[in-house]
Amino acid sequence: MGSAEREKFDNPTIEWIDSRLPIFSLLQKEYGVFPTPRNFNYFWNFGAIAGVMLVTMIITGIVLAMHYTGDTQQSFDSVERIMRDVNGGWLIRYIHSNGASFFFLAVYIHIFRGMYYGSYKAPREILWMLGVVIFLLMMATAFIGYVLPWGQMSLWGATVITNLFSAIPLVGDSIVTLLWGGFSVDNPTLTRFFALHYLLPFVIFAVVFLHIWALHVTGSNNPLGIDTKGPQDTLPFHPYYTMKDSVGLIAFLIVYAMFVFFLPNSLGHPDNYIPADPLVTPPHIVPEWYFLPFYAILRAITFETNLVMLAGFGVMFLPFFWNFGAAIAKMLVGMKLPTFEAMTPKPIFLAVGFIIAALGFVLHGMIPLLTNVTILDAKLGGVIAMFGSILIWFVLPWLDAHPIRSARFRPVMRPLFILLVAIFLFLGYAGAKSADATLFGIPFSIFALIATGYYFAYFLIILPILAKTEKGLELPPSIHEDILAKEKAKEASNKTKAEAAK
Amino acid sequence: MSVRIFLTVLALVIAPFNIAHAAGDAPKPPEQGWSFNGPFGTYDKAAMQRGLKVYREVCSACHSMKRIYFRNLQALGYTEDQVKNIAAEYSVTDGPDADGEMFERTAKASDRFPSPYPNKNAAKAANGVYPPDLSLIKKARANGADYVAAILSGYSEAPAEFTEHNGPLLDGQYYNKYMPGHVIAMAPPLSDDIVAYEDGAPQTVDQYSRDVAHFLSWAAEPEMEVRKRTGVQVILFLLVFFGIMYGIKKKIWADVH
Repeated sequence: MGSAEREKFDNPTIEWIDSRLPIFSLLQKEYGVFPTPRNFNYFWNFGAIAGVMLVTMIITGIVLAMHYTGDTQQSFDSVERIMRDVNGGWLIRYIHSNGASFFFLAVYIHIFRGMYYGSYKAPREILWMLGVVIFLLMMATAFIGYVLPWGQMSLWGATVITNLFSAIPLVGDSIVTLLWGGFSVDNPTLTRFFALHYLLPFVIFAVVFLHIWALHVTGSNNPLGIDTKGPQDTLPFHPYYTMKDSVGLIAFLIVYAMFVFFLPNSLGHPDNYIPADPLVTPPHIVPEWYFLPFYAILRAITFETNLVMLAGFGVMFLPFFWNFGAAIAKMLVGMKLPTFEAMTPKPIFLAVGFIIAALGFVLHGMIPLLTNVTILDAKLGGVIAMFGSILIWFVLPWLDAHPIRSARFRPVMRPLFILLVAIFLFLGYAGAKSADATLFGIPFSIFALIATGYYFAYFLIILPILAKTEKGLELPPSIHEDILAKEKAKEASNKTKAEAAK
Repeated sequence: MSVRIFLTVLALVIAPFNIAHAAGDAPKPPEQGWSFNGPFGTYDKAAMQRGLKVYREVCSACHSMKRIYFRNLQALGYTEDQVKNIAAEYSVTDGPDADGEMFERTAKASDRFPSPYPNKNAAKAANGVYPPDLSLIKKARANGADYVAAILSGYSEAPAEFTEHNGPLLDGQYYNKYMPGHVIAMAPPLSDDIVAYEDGAPQTVDQYSRDVAHFLSWAAEPEMEVRKRTGVQVILFLLVFFGIMYGIKKKIWADVH
C-alpha cells in the first residue's frame, strides 16, 4: 500500500486523489489485478454472494428501522403499517425477511464448500476462524431480528431460546434476567433486541472486512487444494472473477426474487402473523429453517449424564485428555508425566470408553454416586451439544491435519463428508418435527441422536484418525498442468468419438 | 455436476420446512382454484365485493378487521363515492373535542372498519373466546385461503368415533372437520340464503365461504397484485441480465480455457 510503489493513473482527478490517499491503487491491487486461482468452480461464488446479501440486509434494515417501532404495544402494528401504508414497504420488508434465509443459504454453501475443499487448512486457519465468528454473529442477529415483529413465534421463540441460557450452572439465571431485562420476555427485551439488531450487522461487517483481509494475505484456496505456483496458475480478479461472480450472483438473485415476489411467507411461520400473546402458547414452537439442524441437536439430548457416562467419554478421548493434563501439570508444577505418542483417538480407547458410557446410560440411577448423581441434566447436555456443534468448527484446522486439502484427492474422507452433509440436512428435517413425532414407531429423537452422534464423530474421531492414516490420491503438479491435461483428455475423447462416428 | 449438487442441496434445505407446517391432526383443506394463485394471479373483484357483503352482514358481528380502512375498498372496484357511501353507513367514536368530550360521528373513507367490541376483553366476555381480528387471518393460518373457506363450510354433527374418543361436545363447542382438534367455539356462521347477492351468484354456504375467503385474502395481502406483477418484471429483467452476463463471461473466459 506504500505510495512509493504506486503506479501513476492517467486520469488527473484520480491521480490527484490517489497521490494523497491511494484508495484507487488499493482497489486496483486487491480487486483489479489480484491474482486468483484460475480453476474456481461455481461454489466459489458464494462468498461474494454472501457479501451482497449482507449489504442488502443492512440497506433494507436501515429503511425498515425508519418506520419500525420497538414497543410491545406497537411493533406488530408498525410492521403492518410498513406492509400496507409505507410506499414500497412490503417490498423492503419481504426483501429483508427472505433475505435472512438467502443470506444463510449462501453462507451454508460457503461453509460446506470450505469444508469439502479443505479451505480451513494452513495457512488459512485465521481466515476460517473469522468465518466461524461471522456465522455465530449471524445466528445471533437473525434470532434477534425474528423477535422484532412481535408475533406469536417471535415471543415464544425468544422465550425458548433465551431460556436455554438458564441451563448454565451458577450464572445461568442471571444471564437470562440480563437478556430479558426483567423476569419474562417483555418490552425491555424487545427494545434491547432492537438496539442489538441494529448494532450487530455492523460488527459482522467489520469481521467480514478482517475475513477478506486475511483472504487477501493467503490468497484463495481452489478446487484442487494445491498452492498456486506462478502466474500461469492465476488470473487477475477483474475481469475474470468479477464477471464469473456476477453470473452466479444473478442466478442466485433469480431464485431469491421468486421467493420475495411469489412465495414471500413460505419460509416463515404463519403464527408470526398473530400478535404476540403471553397467555397463549403456540402448539409447535419452531425456529426459522436455518436453525433447525442445531435445534435438532439441542433436542436430541433427552437423557441425563452421570459420572460413569462422563468417565466413559473421558476414556474415549484419553490420549487427548491425558496429554493435555500432562502438559498443564508440567507447566504448573514441573512434573514430567509419561505421555501418549499422539493425541489422536485410538480405537481401543474409543471402544472401551463407549462401552463404559453405554453402561452408565443403561444403569442410570441404579448405582449410588456413580450413576445416580446427575452431572449434566438433559437441558444443559443439549445446550452444550448445540453450541459445541458450532464451536467445534473453530478447531477444525487442527482436528483435520491431513496434508491434502481437497476432498477430491481423499477417497475415504470424501464419502464420509458427503454423508455428513446428508446427516446435517436430516438434522434440519428432524428439527422441524414436533417433539412427539415418530418414524416406524420409534421416537424421532432417537434418529436425531444417532445423527448427532455421527456429526460429532465425524469431527472428533473420523477426521483426526484419517489425518494419520488416509492415503490420498496423487496430486496434480500444478493448477496449470491439471487444466492442460484435462483439455488434452477432452480433445482425445472428442477425437475417438469423431472416429467412431465415421 | 456442481450445479446438480447445488440444486439438490437447495431442494433438500427448503423441503423440510414446508413439512413442518403440515403437522396437526386436521385434514388438509381442499385446494380451491383461486384466481389469485400462481405468479400471474389477480383478485376477482366481484368475488371480493360479495365477500365484503358477507363480512359486513355476518362476520363483522363478532370479528374486527381493524387494519383495513374504508379507503382501501377502492381496490375492490368501488368508486370514491361508493366508498364514501359505505363508510357513511357506520359511525365511529372520535375526539376528544375542544371541550374534552368524545363524540360519535359518521365514518369517513379515512377511517378504519369499526370493531364490534371496544376491546379484546369485551370481545372475549361476549363470546367466551376472543374472535380473532380478520385483517391478517389468511397469512396467520397454514393453507391460507383454502383453510378459511374450509372452516366456514366444514361444520357437521360430530361423528361417532370423535365423541367416543373425546366425549360429547360441551355447550358452545362445535364440530368442524378442518379445525385443528376439530373443536371450534364459533357457531356455524353461514347458512344458505343468509345474505342476498345482487349479481346472481348462488346463495349457498360454499359460495359464501369462498367469497369471504377471497375477500379476506385481499385484506391480508392488498399488495399481492402489484407484488406479482413487479415480480414477473424483475424475473424477466434478471433472466435477460443473466443471459447477457453469461455471454460476456464466456467471451472473456474464451482465451483462458
